[in-house]
Amino acid sequence: MIGFIIRRILVVIPTLLGVTIVIFSMLAITPGDPAELLLGERATEDSLEAMREYLGLKKPLYVQYWLFIKRVAKFDLGETIWTRQKVSEEIMDRFPATIELAFAAMIISSFFGVLLGIISAAKQYSWFDYASMLGSLLGVSMPVFWLGLMLMLLFSLTLGWFPMSGRLGVDIDLTTITKFFILDSILTRNWAALKDALMHLALPSMALSTIPLAIVARMTRSSMLEVLRQDYIKTARAKGLSEVKIVFKHALRNGLIPVVTVVGLQFGILLGGAILTETVFAWPGVGKWLFDGVVKRDYMVIQGGSLLVASTFVMINLIVDVLYAIINPRISVK
Amino acid sequence: MFKKVGILILIFMLSVAGSALAQTPKKGGTLIFGRGGDSVGLDPAYETDGNSFMICDNVYEALVFFKDESTAIEPGLATSWEISPDGLTYTFRLRKGVKFHDGTPFNADAVVFSHGRMMKERKVKFFGKGWDIPKQERPPEYWVSMEMDNTIDSIEAKDEYTVIYKLKRVEAPFLANMGMDFADIISPTAFMKDPKAFVRNPVGTGPFKFVEWIKDDHITLEAFKDYWDKTKGPYLNKAIFRAIPENSVRFLELKAGTIHICQFPNAADIPLARKDPKLQIPTQPGMNIGYLGFNLKKEPWKSNAKLRKAIAHAINRKAIVDNIYQGMGELAKNCIPPTMWGYNKDVPGYAYDVELAKKLLAEAGYPEGKDLPEITLWSMPVARPYNPEGLKVGVAMLGDLGKIGIKARVVSYDWGTYLKRQRDQPEDMDLFQLGWTGDNGDPDNFLAVLFDGLASPAIRTQWHNETYHKLMLEGKQTIDQAKRAEIYKKAQQLMYDEVPVIPVAHSTVMWPALKKVQNFKLHPTGSVSLRSVWLQ
Repeated sequence: MIGFIIRRILVVIPTLLGVTIVIFSMLAITPGDPAELLLGERATEDSLEAMREYLGLKKPLYVQYWLFIKRVAKFDLGETIWTRQKVSEEIMDRFPATIELAFAAMIISSFFGVLLGIISAAKQYSWFDYASMLGSLLGVSMPVFWLGLMLMLLFSLTLGWFPMSGRLGVDIDLTTITKFFILDSILTRNWAALKDALMHLALPSMALSTIPLAIVARMTRSSMLEVLRQDYIKTARAKGLSEVKIVFKHALRNGLIPVVTVVGLQFGILLGGAILTETVFAWPGVGKWLFDGVVKRDYMVIQGGSLLVASTFVMINLIVDVLYAIINPRISVK
Repeated sequence: MFKKVGILILIFMLSVAGSALAQTPKKGGTLIFGRGGDSVGLDPAYETDGNSFMICDNVYEALVFFKDESTAIEPGLATSWEISPDGLTYTFRLRKGVKFHDGTPFNADAVVFSHGRMMKERKVKFFGKGWDIPKQERPPEYWVSMEMDNTIDSIEAKDEYTVIYKLKRVEAPFLANMGMDFADIISPTAFMKDPKAFVRNPVGTGPFKFVEWIKDDHITLEAFKDYWDKTKGPYLNKAIFRAIPENSVRFLELKAGTIHICQFPNAADIPLARKDPKLQIPTQPGMNIGYLGFNLKKEPWKSNAKLRKAIAHAINRKAIVDNIYQGMGELAKNCIPPTMWGYNKDVPGYAYDVELAKKLLAEAGYPEGKDLPEITLWSMPVARPYNPEGLKVGVAMLGDLGKIGIKARVVSYDWGTYLKRQRDQPEDMDLFQLGWTGDNGDPDNFLAVLFDGLASPAIRTQWHNETYHKLMLEGKQTIDQAKRAEIYKKAQQLMYDEVPVIPVAHSTVMWPALKKVQNFKLHPTGSVSLRSVWLQ
């Protein structure tokens, strides 16, 4: 098992190398000059030249790439073009926000998704089945942007239950240790901050969870339906076991295997940052940061950010594979 | 009769008393300012964007200030200044008893340090021990684009409170430049402690001092207790600048009362704000111009003024301002905003007149647009302060051109490419949209920087007109403002006659705020000062 994990981690290196090459060549063929964007309308030839020189944009592309790889090998992602801050620091400032949001959204979507999926499968073609599958169809097709605004109008402006946007009330003092606000407020026993952080998390995680929830529900349903048709379930029924026992004890464990993959993949996607949700809810995460980096052609942000996203994805996949083995001992890790 | 007069007097007295009461500023409270984005950095020498300068406006101060709601200059950290008769030496006398937020004193050496660090060749002299100014992190963008290295020869601290600037050339806008954000004075001690970290830990002399910065979330400032001028604030305890990127969410936050001021709302939300009894709408004509330019490096645009004029009369600019700017704009006659000194109000402006346009088109040699190949109309892909929706403006213009028989199509690129290619004035560009937001309230900052193509090939409209070029040089080298105003008026008339570009609109800035926010004024330069703001 440990050998397998080490091998999988080593595979990360060529994967990331591949990612950097793809990103670098894409940057090379897309138009747009960061110096020009940085200086805007007031750029003069002199100021542009000085800026390009400073940014190292005048060096040939392969030299730029080589310098980049050399830096990364030393675990140095360089400095951003716009904010002149270390890319690693910029990521560390924002990634906890993204993880917190993604985690909350995944808890909501896996719990309700699996629950809906199981009930729909157990009561196939019932009104509940139709309603939940219609609901999940809506969930997949609902634009997060619109949903976010609607949630705000209802729960914040009209009912006043939750704050509209942001990650923590500006009047709350919280000593940050890990930059995970929920964890920090528990560590410092700051219950007011904990409540405030959870309230701020409510609407964005609700909005963000709709799509994964719908996908998980549909996946669970179809996978459970398949399992419920298996011979051993018939045997269980013949033995006279109760339906609840059959579904939850015998069918669920097998039915969940494909669901774990889906949950893992969705989590990976969310960890890359949910640009729209972060924008609507003014959530200071890594997604909007990376998106802005692309718009502003901040090469350093794009490179650092995509390395982060790629490595997160690889790690999540690794965890999923390990989980497989735990859920289903028949699948041995080779 | 007497009774009526008595009542009137009573009403008058009550209203005077009432307004006097309303005018007494209340101390304390926290103001939350909702804005569209986070600051990029907080070192005034290196910033270029409004959201960074907005914080700098409250943390730092410059030698001269712009007056409230105007670009007239008043004493700031300098109490007075003298200009030598040849216009080449500026002597500033500095304010005494001013402290930086870190407790160090403000003096001539701090001025020499703050400006000297932006110079390419540092011809500076300190009065005291001074500092060994570290190498520049990157080019100081504003310093470079305002051509300060070509203007300033040396900076010298003559004594503790006197600074002398020797210039290389006569430059009338120099004084106004000294009021701009890039010319803010920083604490040299704080900077030298860690030059790389200063951009995140600003220290100036302003009414508010920096407290914390949570990236992409908020920046907190608090009142500076030792501020040198207690007569006009600061009244607030704290000011928090929250980044809320989505316009409609920002406006909803304002409606919910969780922020006090909402920067750049959607135009569609302005009528809603008007109806809301809790809200007021501070308004300020923006110091900007959105214009339609011609590729003056290319025929037929280069030498056919009649053709250019035909297009100017064909485009219904008022309809564009009404429908696309949605009331947040003003039809432009000239290329400088009407609030600026030197504005020529006698220029008639191009009336929307299809018949006249057709006639001019025929006189230009293209009756009904015949023989004119399909032209390209470059339209901006991004919203800028002077043009909210370039592509919509482009499509509207297309329709207008079609009415006089000119076939055109809208072309756009991503913003970086657009700016870059526009500068090259390529063959495939006929008409282009662009604009400008002013820096220092000087007409030179619009008329010379944008349109005097003979001054430099980098000027975005390559209009080569000897008379205009001479006027611009004269304007720069004349110190007397009344004389300069006459020169710029002439220049505007010349532009009207020659049509190198068509001025389209000046946008109006409207930032709705809660009614309990008192004394919040928008400034034409776009700077945001919370110094005299208080909460009811």
